[in-house]
This record gives sequence, structure tokens and C-alpha cells, in this order.
Amino acid sequence: MQFDPFVIPFNIGLYFILIYVVVRSVIWFRDLSRPDKLRLQRGFFGNAFVQSLKEIFLESLIHRKILKTNLRLGYMHMSLAFGWFLLILFGTIEADIFGAKHLNAPYKAIFFRFFNPDHGRMGIEAAYGFLMDLNLAFILSGLFLAVSKRFFSRVVGMKKTTRLKAVDRIALTSLWLIFPSRLLAESFTCGAYGTGSFLTGSLGSWLASFLPAQQMAYPFWLLYSLSLGTFFILLPITRYMHIPTELFLIFMRNSGIKTGDKAGTYSEVQAYSCSSCGICINACQLNFSAGITNIQSAYLMKAIRNNDDVSDIAHNCLMCGRCDQNCPVGIELSPIRMIQIRGGEAENYFRNIYKGYFRSQQSVTVEKSNGSAAYNFLPETNQKKADVLFFAGCMTHLSPTIKNSMIKILDASGVNYSFIDEQGGVCCGRPLMLAGQDKEARELVNYNSQMIWKSGAHTLVTSCPICYKVFKESYYLDIEVLHHTQFIKNLIDEGSVKLNFLRKNVVYHSPCDLGRGSGVYNEPREVLKHVSRLEKSKFEDENSLCCGGSLGNMKISYQKKNKIARDAAAELTKGNPDILATACPLCKKTFSSATETRVADISEIVAEALMHQTVKKNTCRQVNSIKELAGIS
Amino acid sequence: MNGNVIVIGAGIAGMEAAGQLAKAGYLVTLLEKEEEAGGHLNNWYHLFPDRRNGDEVIKYLKDQIDNDNITFLNGTRIDNLEKSKKEFIIKTNRAKEICADAIVVATGFDLFRSERKEEYGYGIYDNVITSVDLEKMFREGDISLINGNVPNTIGMVHCVGSRDEKVGNPYCSKLCCVTAVKQAIEIRENIPESKVFCFYMDMRMGGALYEELYMEAQEKYGINFIRGKVSEVGESFNHKLIVKVEDTLAGRPLKMEIDLLVLMAGMEISEGSKKTGKLLGLKTGENRFFQSRDNHYGSNLSNIDGVFYAGTCTSPMNISETISHARAAVLEVMDYLKNDRK
Repeated sequence: MQFDPFVIPFNIGLYFILIYVVVRSVIWFRDLSRPDKLRLQRGFFGNAFVQSLKEIFLESLIHRKILKTNLRLGYMHMSLAFGWFLLILFGTIEADIFGAKHLNAPYKAIFFRFFNPDHGRMGIEAAYGFLMDLNLAFILSGLFLAVSKRFFSRVVGMKKTTRLKAVDRIALTSLWLIFPSRLLAESFTCGAYGTGSFLTGSLGSWLASFLPAQQMAYPFWLLYSLSLGTFFILLPITRYMHIPTELFLIFMRNSGIKTGDKAGTYSEVQAYSCSSCGICINACQLNFSAGITNIQSAYLMKAIRNNDDVSDIAHNCLMCGRCDQNCPVGIELSPIRMIQIRGGEAENYFRNIYKGYFRSQQSVTVEKSNGSAAYNFLPETNQKKADVLFFAGCMTHLSPTIKNSMIKILDASGVNYSFIDEQGGVCCGRPLMLAGQDKEARELVNYNSQMIWKSGAHTLVTSCPICYKVFKESYYLDIEVLHHTQFIKNLIDEGSVKLNFLRKNVVYHSPCDLGRGSGVYNEPREVLKHVSRLEKSKFEDENSLCCGGSLGNMKISYQKKNKIARDAAAELTKGNPDILATACPLCKKTFSSATETRVADISEIVAEALMHQTVKKNTCRQVNSIKELAGIS
Repeated sequence: MNGNVIVIGAGIAGMEAAGQLAKAGYLVTLLEKEEEAGGHLNNWYHLFPDRRNGDEVIKYLKDQIDNDNITFLNGTRIDNLEKSKKEFIIKTNRAKEICADAIVVATGFDLFRSERKEEYGYGIYDNVITSVDLEKMFREGDISLINGNVPNTIGMVHCVGSRDEKVGNPYCSKLCCVTAVKQAIEIRENIPESKVFCFYMDMRMGGALYEELYMEAQEKYGINFIRGKVSEVGESFNHKLIVKVEDTLAGRPLKMEIDLLVLMAGMEISEGSKKTGKLLGLKTGENRFFQSRDNHYGSNLSNIDGVFYAGTCTSPMNISETISHARAAVLEVMDYLKNDRK
């Protein structure tokens, strides 16, 4: 037997999806920017390709990252992905070795037992049959977990699971039907012929004992083929598109392509690579503290894929980056969200089937203001020479204790410094960048840059993690940019400041923009260890919580923000520390009204620990004050 | 008439409630954590709107509790509080076990800790003070800066810790506006050559003679009212305060140099109230004050039979409202005790 009509649905589905993936990749490649195209080409002949193969094996098949965070969920994904992969691989080998001839059409491998019902009676054939059964059992165990997850999400250790749209449901049903129908089809065939291994063989003979196995087998083979075909055809418009897309994502990422701040192929590939596993929902404080469960990154990715209006989802976010950190696929979720926020409301597309398969790229245009940026009212930059510049930033100006502590530390260190925004300065530019006003932001960047260049300083110190990130990433300064925790760490290492040990228990809250945003984790800890007893908390480093004070989220009510702050503070102060230390003026402010424990910036603690005899008063400031008083500039 | 009543807190509400209950023949134990009865009123010099001396009101209240039916226990803290059947048993640090048939909770408010609005610089800059600090200066008759000089330009910041979601207090404390007006007038009277600026969000003059006082402040005393919330306070090199504020009526940002800044701290439920509430299991509302059983006709009733509220532990109130509320609480207690505690 070479062919049977029941394989037609499978064949249609398979060839459709193969052609679709090719066409889609061509479109995606065409839309890449020129540098990204070059990166991809270089990556193809370089390390990136090998690296990607390794990563595809580890992440797309084994699902190592999910296994690490959640064993049961990881097993579920692994058994389905890796199991299915092995089934196809071994099936193809089986068909090639034991089949009538070599190099078969794909359907021959998938429906091998239908075409070779008498196969596997003894020796190597039986052993191979055992392997195939084992594989099927492996997948079925994962499928069992998946079905349970849909109905009781806690089975796999998840508090919430993603909600589905109608097409997803059909695709999901067809996916669920694939393996049980294969099991039953093979079992009936085996039952009729007395073949099969521990799973298909035993089930088959039992079924054959009271059912007409010969007649029953065909409908199930048809169901198997139909569910495969349906699944393939629906794949591009469902979340299962992540299966082929993730391969592209891994390769693109290894080739060095980054999301950037404009929508494009890479952001789209990422949106399609999201499997809606729901890990981001579990990591999100808006979910577990504030009870908001419809705005998480998985839903944003889905809304982008569906060309839905995303403005409600996109804006309701603290931008803390906990989901980025937890995403097993490694999607740059926050940058993608940023693109959506900057883009404003998306146009409503006319939805039709074609649009579902070939989505026109969401034209995320950043609105430009009409007026020209005019900052000519700003005073001429007249920055005096200094080695170190201190830029407090607007948030620090609203928390004067931090500012005063930094002045104390800088004075004590004896470095030749200048406080560039002492009398109130110019913003670092971040709020304008977030609003998409790039040109206006550039003006501020230029103003600050000029001031910094004129000073001839080699180091810029800032007290605000937001300013720090912006100075590091959006300015082209050829000087060292440090957050004050790093600067203080250096001072301690050099011996420029002498500190007492405070005999206080301190717990450290890592601010989002400093930690996950800029990767500064160790210096703040080192400084705290130097002056106090640093306690451990459950939420350290990459896993640290957001204080909830994010200025980015205008959609959330203050009660919910407050709830997030209180929950986070309660978690951090579980060990009853004397001080809840942080390194961001905004975190400090938010936590202050959320806990009874004293909240302090690291600079305050260090200023408190300064040994008084070592204070080498820096005279710079005084001289300048006198000059200012006398009206000399 | 029989029945023992415990009144917790000897501020305005507690003293008035105790006095009225004693007059009606009940045996009252009045508990106070401080040495002195009188509560926040002890810190106040002149009262709005007629600017009479606060001591007169204290004298009236002290006369009220000078009654044989009242046992006044000062310096007393409650360690434990139990309800067995219909009787309350209170254990205090003074090693006394007190039994009562009913409790009047008159634990009052605390002033908002202005350090929490760090951007206003209280506790950081010497010449940033609160309304209570200013009242103390009035009492001492010495309004001066930290260096002893007489302030020339004085700013008053309204709504510190009130109507402020960032500190978790969305409600209006109701009294700070009129207090600011009263204090501004008094500053001008004490230092005739001074300039006073009030930075407000809205002027809420909803009390008898408040509006008249506000008009007087503008017309007779030339006090400047600027609509806008202070955003931040800094210090210049010569130790003057620099206040940044947006004048929302003129639509422009202002940067002013000021000698003395007075923060009109709002009201929050007191720590003592929180503790008492925890011991008794009392319900609190959105604003964290105690929640009355009914907003209109049950504002003295708590969620526990035999426990009644009097005064500012339920919401911000002025003195006359507090006294009325305490008297109403007494009626509720009498009703409860006379009609078989139902």
C-alpha cells in the first residue's frame, strides 16, 4: 500500500505551512534594515549559527529555562516539543529503514504503522517499536499536564494561565487530538494485527478483545490526519506560530539584532515567538499584588499579533522589567512595549482572513510636535573645571536628604567636584524620550553634554538610576558615568573616605532601572556590607520587586499602586531590618509611605557612617558661594 | 443610674464624653496615655474663627471632668482588652484591671508627619516648620528663624499630607485652610512689616465665619493667596529657602526666596487609635479612620456592640464638631445601657 486518501488533510496542511514559513521569512528578511541584514548574513557564516543550533536544542526543544523556573511546566513544554521532535525524527528513520523503500514522502513516516501494519514483530523491529511507544507515552504525559493546566492551572504550578481566542481554541483542540488519535489509531491497527509494543500493543489487544479493531482503526487514522492538517493550517494565526518563529528569533538574536525603538521585523518576530506560556503573568506584580490580570506581556504580544488596539494594555505597566527577566523565550518585552507606548493608538485594521495570515506591519508613527524646541531661555553654560561632576537629577532634588548626603560624602572625599544642577538644572531628557519627542530630548542632551564637556571632568556621578541609564545609553559622553553607589564603592576601595560600622540590620531593595535596567547589582551591596549588616531577602537582584511608584503607569489607581508598594515593602522587611535601603529617590519616596521601617538611600547610610575627623572640607563650593554672593561669575 | 463606662483618650472628645456621662450618673474611667489631659488642644494658642484663647476651652473641659463619678488615669496604656459576654475587661500598664459595660473610643488623630513629604524639607532645612511649631512660637511670643532673626517673607503650604495620593491620603483634613488663614493673620499682627504667601489648591472655607476670616485676611491684612502646589523646596547658599511653585491662576512657574516656610500638616488617624482598633477589632474605612456603622445616623456606632466613637478618630473635625460628636456618643451609650444593651 502506497497511498490512502486519508492522508490528504495532513499533506495539505504540511505543504501549506512549509510554503507559508518560506514566504513569511522572505517578507521578514526584506523588511529588515540594511545593517540588520548584514548582521544576519554575517551570523549565518559565523559563530551565531552554531550557537543558535545549540540554543534551539536547549530552549526550543528541552525548554531549559522553563525547567529551571518551574519543573512541572518545563516538563510539559519539553515533553510536547522534544517528544514530538523525537517522534518525527525516529519516525522518519523508521520509515527509511523498515519501509518499502528509502526517501519516503513525509506522510509515510507519520502514518508508518498504517502502511506497515505487520511491522515490529520481533528483534530490532520490536525494539524500535518499543522506542516509538516510549516516545508517544512521553508526549502523552505532557499532554495530560497541558490539558490539566487548561482546567486547573495550579497543576503545573502556575497561578494564572492565558486566556484564549476562538481560533486558538480550535487549534488547541486539534493539537490535543493529535496524539490521542495517533495512540488509538496505532492501537487499533496493532490490535488487529497483533503487533505493537507496550503501549500500542497492550492497548490494541485489549481494545480488539471487545471491538472490531480492523474497522475502528481507519476513522482514527483519518482523525489523526485531520487534526494534524487543521493544526498546520491554523498555525500562522494562532499562538502556535511560536514553534517555527522562535527558531528565527534565536538566530536573529545571536546575530546581534536588537529591538531598538522602532517597530520592525525583529519586534514582530518576537511577538510571534511568544508562546503565551504565562510565566510573565506570574512574575508581574500588577497580577499578584494589584489583581490586574489582562495587561501582561503575553497579552500585549497577542494583541500585537492580532492588530488589536493595544493602548490600554501597553500603558498599564510599571516597566519594571520583571517579565523580561523571566521570559523563557528571551523576548525583549519592555522595549516592545515602549514602541507601542510611543506609537500611541494604533490604527484599526479591517480584519479579514488574509490579514490574519499576512499581517501588515503596524505603522507605529511617533507624533512630532509642531513647534521647534526652544531652550534659549536656559542660561549659558558656564561650567567651571572639575574632576568629578555630580548631577542630582529632578527626583533627587525632591528628596533633599539624598542630595545633602551626597554633598557630605563628596566633601569628605576631598575630590575636586562640581554640583552641576545645584540650583536646579536641566532634565536628563528621559520624560521627553518616553513621550516620543526625540528632537526636543536631543536639545536637552546637547545642553547637558556641552556643560559636561566644558568641565573637563573624567567622571559623572548621578543619584538617580533613571538619569544614570539615560546618561549611559542616550548620551555620547567620553567620560565615565557612575551611579552614586558605584562612586561610593570606588571611594571606599581607594580609601578616600573612612566609614564607621553602623551595627544596623539593613535589607537592600534593588531599583528596577539600576538593577535589571542597567545591571548594577554588586556595588550597592558591597557598600552596604561595608557599613552595616546586610540581610538577605527573598527577592534579590534580577528577581527584585518593583516599588510600585513607577511614573510610567498612568492607568493604575493610586490604591493599587499603594498596595504594590505595601506588599513589596512587607516582603522586604520580613526579617525586621532597621533600615530598608534603596538607591533610587523614587523607590525611597514610594516605600516611605508604605512601611513603618525606616527607608533610606544608600548615600544617607554612608553619610551617617562617615568618620567626622576625616572630613576634608572641599573649599570649592564655599568659594563659589562667596563669588556668587559678591556677584562675580 | 448604673453602669461603668471606660473612655479611652482624654482629648476634647474624651473629656466632654466623660463629663457628660458622669453628669448623667454613670461611673466613668477616663484613660489617657499622656500625663496631661487636653490632647492636641494643649499645643494650640488661639482658635479659629474668633481667635479666642485655647486655654479657655481647656478650662471648660477640665471643669467637666472634675466630677466624683470620674476616675482619671493619666499615663496609662492599655495592654489588653477583652470582651466577655457583655462586659469589657481592660488591663493597663498601671496593673489595674478595669471592668466596664461600655467603651467610648476617643483616641483622636495624629498630625501628618511632615518629614514624609521630603520635598518640602521638614527636618532637613531649619526654617521649615509645621503649623504646630508656629503655634508654639505664638504662645511664646517669639516668631524667629533659627538664627534668631525675625522672618520677613513667610510662606504657608496648604494640604501637606492631605488630598495627596502619593502619601496615601486622598481625603481633605478640612481644618488646615482656616488654620492657615488664622495663622497668616497672626503673623501679620506679630510682624507688621512681613509678607505672607499662602500656597493653596482650593480654599475650603466651609464653616461658620470662615469665609469672613478669609476675606479679612485679604482685605485687611494683605495676605497673598497663590493657587498652586509647592513642588519642591531648596536652600540657597545664604540659607534662605527657595520655593518652587506654579501659580496656576496666572499660569506661570514661580521661584521664590522665603525666610520661613510653614507646613499645614493634615490629620491622620492616631497611632493610639490604630492600637485600640486592633485590640477591639474595629473596622477602618478607605481613609484609615474608624468606620462608623452608618454615615448619617450612626456615626458614633462601631461594628462592636458596646463600643462607641467620639471625635476625630472617625474623621477630621473642628472643636465644636468634636464636642457635639462626643455628646452624641453619650446619648448612644445611655440608650445602649438603658435599653438592655441592644
